Amino acid sequence: MSLDTTKHAADTPGTEQPWAELGLKQDEYERIREILGRRPTGAELAMYSVMWSEHCSYKSSKVHLKQFGEKAPENDAMLVGIGENAGVVDVGQGYAVTFKVESHNHPSYVEPYQGAATGVGGIVRDILAMGARPVAVMDPLRFGAADHEDTKRVLPGVVSGIGGYGNCLGLPNIGGEVVFDPCYQGNPLVNALCVGVMKHEDIHLAKASGAGNKVILYGARTGGDGIGGVSVLASETFESTGPAKRPAVQVGDPFQEKLLIECTLEIFAEDLVAGIQDLGGAGLSCATSELASAGSGGMRVELDTVPLRDASLSPEEILMSESQERMCAIVEPDKVARFLEICEKWDVIATVIGEVTDGDRLEIYWHGEQIVDVPPRTVAHEGPVYHRPYARPDWQDALQADDAGKLPRPADAGELREQVLKLVASPNQASKSWVTDQYDRFVQGNTVLAQPEDSGMIRIDEETNLGVAVATDGNGRYAKLDPYTGAQLALAESYRNVAASGAKPLAVTDCLNFGSPEDPAVMWQFAEACRGLADACLELGTPVTGGNVSLYNQTGETAIHPTPVVGVLGVIDDVTRRTPMAFAEDGQLVYLLGETREELGGSAWSQVVHGHLGGLPPKVDLARERLLAEILIAGSRDGMIDAAHDLSDGGLIQAVTESCLKGGRGARLVVPEGLDPFVFLFSESAGRAIVAVPRSEELRFTDMCGARGLPATRVGVIDGDAVEVQGQFSIPLAELREAHEATIPALLA
Amino acid sequence: MTARIGVITFPGSLDDRDTRRAIRLAGAEPVALWHREKELKQVDAVVLPGGFSYGDYLRAGAISRFSPVMDTLIGEARGGLPVLGICNGFQVLTETHLLPGAMLRNNHLHFICREQKLRVENAETAWTTDFTAGQEIHIPLKNVDGRYVADERTLDTLEAEGRVVFRYRDLNPNGSLRDIAGITNEAGNVVGLMPHPEHAVDPMVGTGGTDGLGFFTSILKKLVSA
Repeated sequence: MSLDTTKHAADTPGTEQPWAELGLKQDEYERIREILGRRPTGAELAMYSVMWSEHCSYKSSKVHLKQFGEKAPENDAMLVGIGENAGVVDVGQGYAVTFKVESHNHPSYVEPYQGAATGVGGIVRDILAMGARPVAVMDPLRFGAADHEDTKRVLPGVVSGIGGYGNCLGLPNIGGEVVFDPCYQGNPLVNALCVGVMKHEDIHLAKASGAGNKVILYGARTGGDGIGGVSVLASETFESTGPAKRPAVQVGDPFQEKLLIECTLEIFAEDLVAGIQDLGGAGLSCATSELASAGSGGMRVELDTVPLRDASLSPEEILMSESQERMCAIVEPDKVARFLEICEKWDVIATVIGEVTDGDRLEIYWHGEQIVDVPPRTVAHEGPVYHRPYARPDWQDALQADDAGKLPRPADAGELREQVLKLVASPNQASKSWVTDQYDRFVQGNTVLAQPEDSGMIRIDEETNLGVAVATDGNGRYAKLDPYTGAQLALAESYRNVAASGAKPLAVTDCLNFGSPEDPAVMWQFAEACRGLADACLELGTPVTGGNVSLYNQTGETAIHPTPVVGVLGVIDDVTRRTPMAFAEDGQLVYLLGETREELGGSAWSQVVHGHLGGLPPKVDLARERLLAEILIAGSRDGMIDAAHDLSDGGLIQAVTESCLKGGRGARLVVPEGLDPFVFLFSESAGRAIVAVPRSEELRFTDMCGARGLPATRVGVIDGDAVEVQGQFSIPLAELREAHEATIPALLA
Repeated sequence: MTARIGVITFPGSLDDRDTRRAIRLAGAEPVALWHREKELKQVDAVVLPGGFSYGDYLRAGAISRFSPVMDTLIGEARGGLPVLGICNGFQVLTETHLLPGAMLRNNHLHFICREQKLRVENAETAWTTDFTAGQEIHIPLKNVDGRYVADERTLDTLEAEGRVVFRYRDLNPNGSLRDIAGITNEAGNVVGLMPHPEHAVDPMVGTGGTDGLGFFTSILKKLVSA
């Protein structure tokens, strides 16, 4: 086939083009022709198709995501906001922290190991591209039913992919989630979060400016893997019967990525780059068009200079390839030699592939002939925007009317005891150490807290003990019952988790996992979740700094539960003051903070005991969440509490069980007056936490809660080797431990 | 005066910075060494850190063994220079035959990260004099290729000569023969182990234990008093 140059395209307007196969709609193709004033070349069509895919262009979600900017709370800590590779937050002492969560859902279903591995690799490069040293990762994961056949295929592959890649990069994995629900069968959610640290002056941005500056591609050679991954995989629903899509999944090389990290950090340290971008989804198409679009000039690229793994690749394939472990830097001419020298030191291949021009076009040449000539903004930032129709689904009322409060409750203390054991042993509530023990949480030597703690905490300065904490949460069951409240509950829980560890919540990243935007019901869920999250961020004073949207998570007509996963970043001035979750000292008092109402809609109890999902999720009171956080932080800072654990799915008994097992101590609990024992143990009212208070601090602590208006109820004491609820039952720790820890290995090992 | 302890960085080394920190916390001076340079910068001892050198794609430690710095190090170690190999560093030491045996994939085939109890069997090597024989210590473990194997005769020799330095206690995490977690050479200057002492030096991080400091204070005392 002869080369489709821009000249050839202008001369042959009638040529049939495979725009539909590349995932473009008719009107999108027409618009490309209009922009260019001719038909696109094959290479241009490739670029537009990947960049205008749902995954890259956010064309269905954009109109709703706007709210995160419009409703953003005033926050002095924000240094870089939405739109860059990742947001950046000031954490004091001259340090800045960047963090972001992203999805790699579809590739992980097709090829669990590589899909999950390259998900880690991609988010790490995003963080690196901001100028930061990556210091930790976490992985919020969702799988089908724990005993489903496909979960046994997908989960072990995903876990070893995350471990195999992350462990080899030397990044501690400090948290995340593992949740099972049949709605994720065929659509697992593999989200990956990375945190990076830098000094303020080291922040780098993705833009190409300064005519004559060189464009350097460095890292791995470009191969045939992941071609069209973006448009084919992330933007289309899986048909139950279709051809295998494996070739579109990228293959990761963590060793190459480790070299890329160290090499890039050395390049930053010598201030050698004017702009930088990682290559992820849409590969070179994305990096060149985004860099050029964000900069002041144009760009000219000689595509035939790109080092290849497979010499037979066509220019279109090179532009679309999603080969991993590549970065693109803009470098002033007199710094190029030193740049290449550092790459050579780290055995990283680096090639000058083009330069910034003083024009306004992105021009790409193949052996001297022009194959791309486009305005870069039309590719990168001015893609299609859809106002998709949305409508509250007709089944929503019936779902909400199906109140979980009407479900049969345990008849006596014996049945209550039985249901407690069943709850803590259920796959969602059981210990996930079989998973997390496959991740390195110690490397870098700064891990203050890691899973199963409420949040992961990293020390960032050894002299001052400054640290950051991160938690991620999301409850698809709540969001299904009410997406607006569900999204707010995800934020509230994550926020609470960070505060429970003693850190002050600062900023938010989110990964919005939903079904097909072409379904008005799904689009309504999405719109509601965005509105809920934006409203809650405003009220809590924690802006969204960036994140990711993953749509088309459905097989056939069936969408996953709407699953907004929310990550919150907090700062702690002195990590020696952090609050762990373990009940470690006999005699300390257990206080329940917040109010317990009868709230069972979407609860773990309703799922585990009755296989039920209906009613309304717990109410959200953001002012209360804020107050609770302030008390938890003050209690930690002033040494009034020795342990804290947030209450969420599974309610109080789940939290007490976890704190007792972690500390190897029992607890004697008393049901507060006026509360039904069942509601006390299983309700999932938000805005609550349990804390362990040394007797010497009791008065000071309750005075503080009283003065601030936070209900604090003494519900027991740490003691013995059983969890006892007075007048109800007692369960020896050994029996609880067996129930809590045996489930996951029995299902998966 | 204090001792200068080198830490070699191979491409893919991960715990090199942590090891330098542990050396500093023990009171010695850490010196960064680069795999491409033959020069050992007149250090008094060397640590080969953990990680996945060269990605461990061929066999853990198999490529690093041929790096320029190792040419120098092998000769110096045979001449008595104290060398500690941690995890991937231990794998490199077996590949160079400074220590006998080899490491295979864990018997359960998974990466495992846990706090591990060890018994110190030999408190007379260059790196263990601050412990007592029979002492039990807690050191984090994290690896996928950690199953120590050797032929029966080698194992018998190691036992007979007191060259098994550490044994796993309570739980053998990877199927290592005779619960071996670490060994030494005949002279006692070269020690290798799978667990990571550099991750147990600071009560604030990791598991909160500090048993790992003993490795670095042992060598420091030996070097300073020499």
